[in-house]
Amino acid sequence: MAILEKHKAIETHATLLLVLSFLVVTIGGLVQIVPLFYLENTIENVEGMRPYTPLELAGRDIYLREGCYVCHSQMIRPMRDEVERYGHYSLAAESQYDHPFQWGSKRTGPDIARVGNRYSDDWHVDHLTNPQSVVPESVMPKYGYMADTLIDGRYIQDIMKTHRMVGVPYSDAMIENALADFKAQSNPDADTAGLEERYGKVNLRNFDAAPGISEMDALIAYLQVLGTMVDFSTYTPVASR
Amino acid sequence: MSERNLTRKPGEVETTGHEWDGIEELNNPLPRWWLWTFYATIFWALIYTILFPAWPLISGATPGLLGFSTRANVAAEIARVEAANAPMRDRLVAADLTAIKDDPELLQFATSAGAAVFRTNCSQCHGSGAAGVQASGYPNLLDDDWIWGGAMEDIHTTITHGIRNTTDDQARYSQMPAFGVDGLLEPAQIDAVVQHVLAISGQEHDAALAAEGAVVFAENCAACHTEAGTGDRALGAPNLTDAIWLYGGTVADLTYTVTNARFGVMPNWNTRLSEAEIRSVALYVHSLGGGE
Repeated sequence: MAILEKHKAIETHATLLLVLSFLVVTIGGLVQIVPLFYLENTIENVEGMRPYTPLELAGRDIYLREGCYVCHSQMIRPMRDEVERYGHYSLAAESQYDHPFQWGSKRTGPDIARVGNRYSDDWHVDHLTNPQSVVPESVMPKYGYMADTLIDGRYIQDIMKTHRMVGVPYSDAMIENALADFKAQSNPDADTAGLEERYGKVNLRNFDAAPGISEMDALIAYLQVLGTMVDFSTYTPVASR
Repeated sequence: MSERNLTRKPGEVETTGHEWDGIEELNNPLPRWWLWTFYATIFWALIYTILFPAWPLISGATPGLLGFSTRANVAAEIARVEAANAPMRDRLVAADLTAIKDDPELLQFATSAGAAVFRTNCSQCHGSGAAGVQASGYPNLLDDDWIWGGAMEDIHTTITHGIRNTTDDQARYSQMPAFGVDGLLEPAQIDAVVQHVLAISGQEHDAALAAEGAVVFAENCAACHTEAGTGDRALGAPNLTDAIWLYGGTVADLTYTVTNARFGVMPNWNTRLSEAEIRSVALYVHSLGGGE
């Protein structure tokens, strides 16, 4: 065929080859990625999902900083063994405010997509301080220093603004009150009416039972909310998704 | 350069006509088996996209002729196992809690199921052997010392609703005052009452201080722990006269407990486990040695 004889022009012209290769890769990428943005069945609308509170968001950053995701995934796959062990399989909507999401199947430690409310705060403090004290066979490192590292939430407003830029629906009121909400969540004496009005169902307590807001408070606030936002007693999954 | 090189002898491989610095590109045909396998994989890929969910359309993707769905698969798999267990499970749920023990077949089913539930959900705090974590607030379930009761109904209630959690209105609840932190007792009084607790639990103690502490105990602690210190299960007040301690029985541990109080939390399991699973694990815990 005559057209197949013409490729010499491309093969002998480096810039043209580069431009055309890029074009081909672009088309391939668009075909695979673009439908995910508009298809209605990629992310279902689930009741109960809310953005993380400032304290939870700070805890999530600590989670990322420490590389917890290297051993723990947050994605319960739709298989019977996983559902029996961890709870209802994860929905895409449950990660919709995660940037980046924490999916995976690398499980040196268990999946923690639904760890929220599964253990007491005390257990989390004991376990993070010295995992082997409660689970002797654990290979998890110790994170006791978090209890001694106080955080002031200095940049939490900026972090929330950044999350808003990538699509997390933080309202102006949430951004405005970021620091106040950050400080109120783990303070039993604080006025939390505003926090609850803005975010809805929030765990309000002194998570590490020690004075001040430590990294431990933030991390446990984050862990205790994981997988608890959607009420699976009223949710019916659509099988075709 | 692009004209085919036809000057070669018969039997020699034709070139593509490409030649760079005297190096020529031979035009050997691909092996037939390889070429046909390649065509077959392309054909198979097309068939596959027709059978399974694949092509994105306007509002959704093509579902595929086979109707494959991971969600439907896992639902079917769970339903299959549920159906297989249904006769025993229904019997377990219908049975009187205390009567399960008298039905050997049901007992065997429930304790096996309960052991699996325990290892998955309870062992993280109570230990894989159910011995708890000594002096850390995670109770030993093997002994016959119970804080909220060790009868089947008691264990069943504790597992269902949990203890002092914020997620179940019916959770067992009691709160010891932080006698030191809240300024209810002077440090000297705390030292004295600790000596009294050492005395009633049969440990080495300072008799004079203990006598002084007995008065403090009667005024502040006896309401929940009883005058003799044997505790009250209705309030989750532990027995202080045995040698079994939830948070440790040394002077330092006791002083800390009286000063700061303890507030052990157990989650409610009625949102995570089915009634059959709760009954199974209650029976399993009951059968570990301490059941009443």
